Amino acid sequence: MTRDEIVAGLAEILEEVAGVNPDDVTEEKSFTEDLDVDSLSMVEVVVAAEEKFGVKIPDDEVQNLKTVGDAVSYISKAQA
Amino acid sequence: MSGLLAGKRLLVTGVITDQSIAFSIARIAQEQGAQVVLTGFGRMSLVERIAKRLPNEAPVIELDVTNSEHLEGLADRVRDHADGLDGVVHSIGYAPQSCLGGGFLDAPWEDVATALHVSTYSYKSLAMACLPLMSPGGAVVGLTFDATQAWPVYDWMGVAKAGLESANRYLAMHLGPKGIRANLVSAGPLRTMAAKSIPGFEQFEEAWTSRSPIGWSLTDQEPAARACLALLSDWFPATTGEIVHVDGGYHAIGA
Repeated sequence: MTRDEIVAGLAEILEEVAGVNPDDVTEEKSFTEDLDVDSLSMVEVVVAAEEKFGVKIPDDEVQNLKTVGDAVSYISKAQA
Repeated sequence: MSGLLAGKRLLVTGVITDQSIAFSIARIAQEQGAQVVLTGFGRMSLVERIAKRLPNEAPVIELDVTNSEHLEGLADRVRDHADGLDGVVHSIGYAPQSCLGGGFLDAPWEDVATALHVSTYSYKSLAMACLPLMSPGGAVVGLTFDATQAWPVYDWMGVAKAGLESANRYLAMHLGPKGIRANLVSAGPLRTMAAKSIPGFEQFEEAWTSRSPIGWSLTDQEPAARACLALLSDWFPATTGEIVHVDGGYHAIGA
């Protein structure tokens, strides 16, 4: 998957889980500060992302995923 | 079907992530032959996603234990999935942030009342809501955190747990004549979603892992889950009003 495809997939999840406008989802955005994703929503985003992208994102890793780009990098590496 | 819980029908509350103690309870219950129905609160879509990660996807009923309509309708909604209940798992607790993290002296009554309603009174409410489905031999089990002492940062949640431990004895007394047992598991600290929401929770962690004679894993929910299921099984037929410590032995050691 390309980075753009992963961003698009995350945008779909963020819209469904947290009501984020997909147009706002770009790599430099912070989940909590820019997109207002609260901690429980973030848990669900992670669970949904694990299913959509077929990867495992351990708890310890989640705190390092500050921006959409961080998540894209992690997912694309985990898929490789 | 074989297993410790073959043929048992269990209602399990308190699943929110796959780190939840209740998730381990539901998973092991299914592995041991039980039929499991879950209840979820708040973020139902998350609970439903997590329910799909069980060995067999379990149905999820929405239940806010402070909502009397939810409680009154619970038995009928469980009947859509199971013709009765042999066991009920209470894995529910909540306190507003003011009640935790050192705020004991300043927490307002309204917030404390919420903590007690969700964490203490709900043990009785849940048992009563399920009672129409239960018969002699049934059991209720809940989760506490040792309330015989004060803990840093636990504050009003500790008071709520002390109330829960007392409520467990009263529930045992009042449900005993119906042949239903009530017991608690007093687990050591576990890094669940609930624990992460307690500011300063990590203060428990180091002492626990070093003082417990058989050690303690902060990330292994299975010991607590197994104890809950053992108490719901037919192997504790004369035990009620009890608190079983599943804490690595920490409670027994002075320093």
